[in-house]
Amino acid sequence: MSLVTDLTALTLAEARAGLKAGDFTAVELTEAYVAAVEAARGLNAYIVETPEKARAMAKASDERIARGEARPLEGIPLGIKDLFATEGVHTQACSHVLDGFKPPYESTVTANLWADGAVMLGKLNMDEFAMGSSNETSYYGPVTNPWRRQGSNASLVPGGSSGGSAAAVAARICLGATATDTGGSIRQPAAFTGTVGIKPTYGRCSRWGIVAFASSLDQAGPIARDVRDAAILLKSMASVDPKDTTSVDLPVPDYEAAVGRSVKGLTIGIPREYRLDGMPAEVDALWQTGIEILKDAGATIVDISLPHTKYALPAYYIVAPAEASSNLARYDGVRYGLREKGDDIVDLYEKSRAAGFGDEVKRRILIGTYVLSAGYYDAYYLRAQKVRTLIKRDFETAYASGVDAVLTPATPSAAFAIGEKAGADPVEMYLNDVFTVTVNMAGLPGLAVPAGLSAEGLPLGLQLIGRPFDEETLFTLGGAIEQAAGRFSADKWW
Amino acid sequence: MTIAPRLPDPKKLIKGATGDWEVVIGLEVHAQVTSQSKLFSGASAAYGGAPNSHVSLVDAAMPGMLPVINEECIAQAVRTGLGLRAAINPYSVFDRKNYFYPDLPQGYQISQYKQPIVGEGIVTVDLADGSAIEVGIERLHLEQDAGKSIHDQHPTMSFVDLNRSGVALMEIVSKPDLRSSEEAKAYLAKLRTILRYLGTCDGNMEEGSLRADINVSVRRPGDPLGTRCEIKNVNSMRFAGQAIEYEARRQIAILEDGGVIDQETRLYDPGKGETRSMRSKEEAHDYRYFPDPDLLPLVLDPAWIEGLKAHLPELPDEKKARFIRDYGVTPYDAMVLTLERASADYFEQVAKGRDGKAAANFMINELFGRLNKDGKAIEDSPVSADQLGAIVDLIRDGTISGKIAKDLFEIVYTEGGDPRDLVESRGLKQVTDTGAIEAAVDAVIAANPDKVAQALAKPTLAGWFVGQVMKATGGKANPQAVNDLVKAKLGIE
Amino acid sequence: MSVDTATVTRVARLARIKVSADEAERMTHELNSILGFVEQLNEVDVAGVEPMTSAVNTTMRWRQDAVTDGGDAGRVTLNAPLSDDNFFMVPKVVE
Repeated sequence: MSLVTDLTALTLAEARAGLKAGDFTAVELTEAYVAAVEAARGLNAYIVETPEKARAMAKASDERIARGEARPLEGIPLGIKDLFATEGVHTQACSHVLDGFKPPYESTVTANLWADGAVMLGKLNMDEFAMGSSNETSYYGPVTNPWRRQGSNASLVPGGSSGGSAAAVAARICLGATATDTGGSIRQPAAFTGTVGIKPTYGRCSRWGIVAFASSLDQAGPIARDVRDAAILLKSMASVDPKDTTSVDLPVPDYEAAVGRSVKGLTIGIPREYRLDGMPAEVDALWQTGIEILKDAGATIVDISLPHTKYALPAYYIVAPAEASSNLARYDGVRYGLREKGDDIVDLYEKSRAAGFGDEVKRRILIGTYVLSAGYYDAYYLRAQKVRTLIKRDFETAYASGVDAVLTPATPSAAFAIGEKAGADPVEMYLNDVFTVTVNMAGLPGLAVPAGLSAEGLPLGLQLIGRPFDEETLFTLGGAIEQAAGRFSADKWW
Repeated sequence: MTIAPRLPDPKKLIKGATGDWEVVIGLEVHAQVTSQSKLFSGASAAYGGAPNSHVSLVDAAMPGMLPVINEECIAQAVRTGLGLRAAINPYSVFDRKNYFYPDLPQGYQISQYKQPIVGEGIVTVDLADGSAIEVGIERLHLEQDAGKSIHDQHPTMSFVDLNRSGVALMEIVSKPDLRSSEEAKAYLAKLRTILRYLGTCDGNMEEGSLRADINVSVRRPGDPLGTRCEIKNVNSMRFAGQAIEYEARRQIAILEDGGVIDQETRLYDPGKGETRSMRSKEEAHDYRYFPDPDLLPLVLDPAWIEGLKAHLPELPDEKKARFIRDYGVTPYDAMVLTLERASADYFEQVAKGRDGKAAANFMINELFGRLNKDGKAIEDSPVSADQLGAIVDLIRDGTISGKIAKDLFEIVYTEGGDPRDLVESRGLKQVTDTGAIEAAVDAVIAANPDKVAQALAKPTLAGWFVGQVMKATGGKANPQAVNDLVKAKLGIE
Repeated sequence: MSVDTATVTRVARLARIKVSADEAERMTHELNSILGFVEQLNEVDVAGVEPMTSAVNTTMRWRQDAVTDGGDAGRVTLNAPLSDDNFFMVPKVVE
């Protein structure tokens, strides 16, 4: 079965070319992935496998290809984060509270992918309601990162919340995956797994049919093997949607065309506030490597200041839980999902929600409820939204001064071990998102691209932050870094 | 837009055991917006329907569903604001009001809290004694209606139907400018009239299209405002009046006993005619309002508002003034005629080219009375404006007497037909031929010599002869002609 | 600002999540850790700063008033834990 191994080694762009050339069929490609998915169950990346659906979709793709009617993602097998509603298929945001929920509708983003010919392999594990940075809060258990430290068998986290998506792409058990990012949930797991992830500008992808966490921050995007694959996927995922009035009515550019463009003439800002005390030297070194790569490729490097950076994370931990506390009120055991017996309606609510939500979700609901409660709104929520304005203004000032994109590390460290940060203080875990969360607060696009390995042999990523709706420049710059730094693949051990 | 504060009106004070009390009332009216679909979803906003049949996945708060605002609901709110002579806010914000209830699927109601779409306005309210008061409008905002819980279908369970969930409501908040139950009812009626003129709410109280939360407090004349109680969800004008009367007296009794009023929410029980405390609502609410992050601020283009203004129909106050001016009707008649736009339109059709006063009299005394008796609306009147106009013409040109006109109206009402033809075919024509009348007068005089003698002694008895002649002619003789002839023949002046 | 266990219990009640005394105790510590972390926002001078209302500069789109949805009660109650005749059912609610 050397064919199987070979096929899953291809990138999305390579597989697309192979299908077009008739080197293999969509069914063969899908079978290779179905087998790989089964073989990788130990990673716990998929919580639901849909092989029959995948085969049927692949068969239909082959017919289309035969008729010469191939669409942009014809026959490409993908994994779908459990946050996306998939019609008739388990959709629970990896929470027990949505026990048994099978939506009678399809999210706009996944519908876009199927309309472009993609094939669905199954639903991917994630942190419950996308609340987490290690995929350890999932009702379905943690995901194991395909990467291990050199000489160690310790299971590492893939990051979160899109841990299943990142692990599945890194383990080559899908050609690409959908993901979502509220504070770093695409970029941090991408960085932890040596994959490429992009959180597009807020409003670029429709949020319709994606289980809401924090409405003003949530945004869908892809995790992929390389920059080109990410560009191909985002093109299909993005759209203006009449059902989401926060989606923006701008044409979706051909992102793939931006990959490989010259970076000459582009100005890259290096924000001094991202140089944290106690940041590992190798992260700083990686950042320097990125700077050198872009400089060598002809970009201009300038130091910039984003003075409110340090306030992004605390402001986030007011805004996101506040919105979540309200968004998650609908999980009450009345119309769908888990229902515990109660003496009366209040008892039913309290027991169903207590049994249905995990600890991290409860924590955030309580924080959110508290900061919105009478007497605290101005001190917390209103102040945090004002700080958000200042954070956004920082970026606007930088862009107005001629900066085309900002380069930062993606995470303050490489992947850590499962259970390592499960200590008493939730804030320690939250600090994982210190570099990514500003981007959500300002609604900007951010791309994570692997740029090297840690001393322990784990991938480390850089983050590129762009102007609103200028994802193309990020793909250009990310492509340049990728070309110079190379790609990083986990050795198969699972 | 401010209204001068009202001085205590002695006529409106309530006599207590220890002196006079002034009742102070403010209303929060929930008016269902007239629209095809819901405020944030494409499901039908129509009343009724099989359980959960007017429900989209958005209304049922399925995961990942998002609200999309209905343009017509915004327009209706703006039209209403203009009709209330209120300030339209070009920038308003939708907030979430968070609480748990089975008929509130999202766990929050989308409403407008700090920045409503409409600000302060004024409503002129006509009272039964012919006076008018100005009532201030505090604000108007858009919000979602909740679903319905049905409690009588099962011994231990409530049934939830979300058909109403997400239907657009306008909450119209008055200032505490009302001073009696009569005023409150008149305000509610006027508000209903304005909404119906504008076509922004059908005002159907039975179907819950219009419901009021009533804030009531009492005070000694000239004192600052007392502690108020809110009577929730009153769904008829009559109940509104009864609830206020009861509540005011309840509060007075407490205060006169040396007690204090607890600020609380109460419910009116029409069966018992009392208000009672809603204990279940007493758990302290903390609605945790915050701007709905799924909805951007609502920004209105001034040109768009102007466009709506330009197409606003003539409102009751303007129409009333015009009827007085152009048709010469009394202010009271003009008020009655303009209560409903359909009545006003009917009147104008009748009054066109005719004597407005006569048309108004006949409409108010005959038509409205008859429709009321049958519980019919003017739209369902069996007598058309043209038919009514013809009857008025027949009186005017002397073809029929006022009395016969009433009979003719009844025939047209119950049987239909052209009044002119009916006058001919049924022989209802007034007799103006003096020869025929003279003969009838002569006959009556000849047959009653004793009465003639009495009449000569007491001329007012001439009326008796007139009556007899009218009877003899089947009421068709011209009463004036009969009168003149009787007097001439008897030789009395 | 920090919270005590009574406050956590009250907030949990508001959020309709049953918490045991032990849980309330543990959550009090966790919540205070988070509240301590966000305290640093008080350093920021926000005088005259407008709160953010939208991450992107755009205006809200409106939809035409037309019935385009509903009419399928079965679809609405498909996932209901307890329903009858297309009604959702809950323990009796007393007004």
